[in-house]
Amino acid sequence: MTSHLFSDTRVLTGRSLRHILRSPDTLITTAVTPVAMMLLFVYVFGGAINTGSGAPYVNYLLPGILLITISSGVAYTAYRLFLDLQGGIFERFMSMPVARPSVLWAHVLTSLAANFSALAIVVGVALLMGFRTGASVAAWLAVVGILLLFTLALTWIAVIAGLMARTVDGASGFSYPLIFLPFISSAFVPTNSMPGPVAWFAENQPVTSIVDTIRALFAQEAVGAGIWTAMAWLAGILVLAVAAAAAVYRRKVS
Amino acid sequence: MTTDQALQPAIRVQGIEKSFKDLHVLRGVDFEVPRGGIFALLGSNGAGKTTLVRILSTLLKADAGTATVNGYDVGAEPAGVRGSISLTGQFAAVDDVLTGRENLVLVARLRHLRNHAEIADGLLDSFSLTEAGNRRASTYSGGMRRRLDIAMSLIGNPPVIFLDEPTTGLDPQARLEVWHTVRRLAAQGTTVLLTTQYLDEAEHLADRIAILHQGTIIQNGTLPELKRLLPAATVEYVEKQPSLEDVFLALVGKDS
Repeated sequence: MTSHLFSDTRVLTGRSLRHILRSPDTLITTAVTPVAMMLLFVYVFGGAINTGSGAPYVNYLLPGILLITISSGVAYTAYRLFLDLQGGIFERFMSMPVARPSVLWAHVLTSLAANFSALAIVVGVALLMGFRTGASVAAWLAVVGILLLFTLALTWIAVIAGLMARTVDGASGFSYPLIFLPFISSAFVPTNSMPGPVAWFAENQPVTSIVDTIRALFAQEAVGAGIWTAMAWLAGILVLAVAAAAAVYRRKVS
Repeated sequence: MTTDQALQPAIRVQGIEKSFKDLHVLRGVDFEVPRGGIFALLGSNGAGKTTLVRILSTLLKADAGTATVNGYDVGAEPAGVRGSISLTGQFAAVDDVLTGRENLVLVARLRHLRNHAEIADGLLDSFSLTEAGNRRASTYSGGMRRRLDIAMSLIGNPPVIFLDEPTTGLDPQARLEVWHTVRRLAAQGTTVLLTTQYLDEAEHLADRIAILHQGTIIQNGTLPELKRLLPAATVEYVEKQPSLEDVFLALVGKDS
């Protein structure tokens, strides 16, 4: 059965990618909110924000916007998984000689494809708005790698939500705190402008280390120890989310 | 039981029990289904028919008892069971976003068959879905969805097919179409286990009927055997009136 893991995953990923291609509005929706936020912050609030660097504010803002794009995008994974469970097609797969993990991996790989398409749109708009970077190929690869890990970690959280949800709203509700988290981080303003306890929270939550690392990579600055903090957070969340999702899945499919 | 055959039975259920919290749905179910033919599991709503089918198709674990399907134990050899069966649940398990044809190709590929295109075309043809084949399943009528659902279940010719209330919610014509399909399947040698709450459905289709009531099988036999449980028939002369079904089908035009 496990010998079909890859072929089953490929077939099922093809199926859910087709779902996205047939409702491209989900991609547009994923990209529209972060783009609107970026326009709002750069052209409305940005003038009043002092980031302490001479670079354009869009350069400062983009890393956080990329994370928000992913945070809102993974909600669709929970939604699509929930619909599969509701519609009976999930039970059909479960009663067939299909490799069990394939059903989840197909949704996870589809999430990667969908979120990276949305990220490409957001980066495109940022470039039009004056975002510039002299980042080397290696730095770009590092940024893509971090975003990939972030998407994977959040997608597995979405899988848990999709498997456990009882209603459609419940399936996507988990993403609101994830979307909110970047606001209490260094994503929009430097943390030193915040009052003590808020600044402490902002500096010690995962988003800040991830945002700071991506920002440093784009600005061709040294990433310092921050990258290891970021990696530790990402790896930790990913491992916990996969373990929890696997446990929920095992209970679900008995 | 009279199934003393050289072949082992297609399905053997012994002492299956299942509870959900305090609700004892199955309280020791025993029966055997011989190979080939149509076996109807009859019971009212909530009798536990679906729970039993879910156990037999490896979707649910029993609390006690054993069951084998096509010789494989549902608890110990679920992969063997899954390779031998096909399940058509109460709600058509089709992918609405995909076309009818893509649904069939999807299942053929997940069953690791090579000639998916031919399989899909062949089934679209034999289920009168060729014209609708390239339309999304979401545009199908209830009867068409059910036909597609059953067509998907036939891919790979599994020796045992579970049909859980296949005609619930269908109009009379669609219901006859499903009956026709089920008979054709049995004629090919497939073992069909059908659950239904419609007595006439069991009477029309089934070679053997088991009645599931309050968590156990209270009767199991052929239709004549079950009829013999009641006092012998007396001859009465009754004017034969057409049933409403006869009238409806005559008016709207019955095909096949």
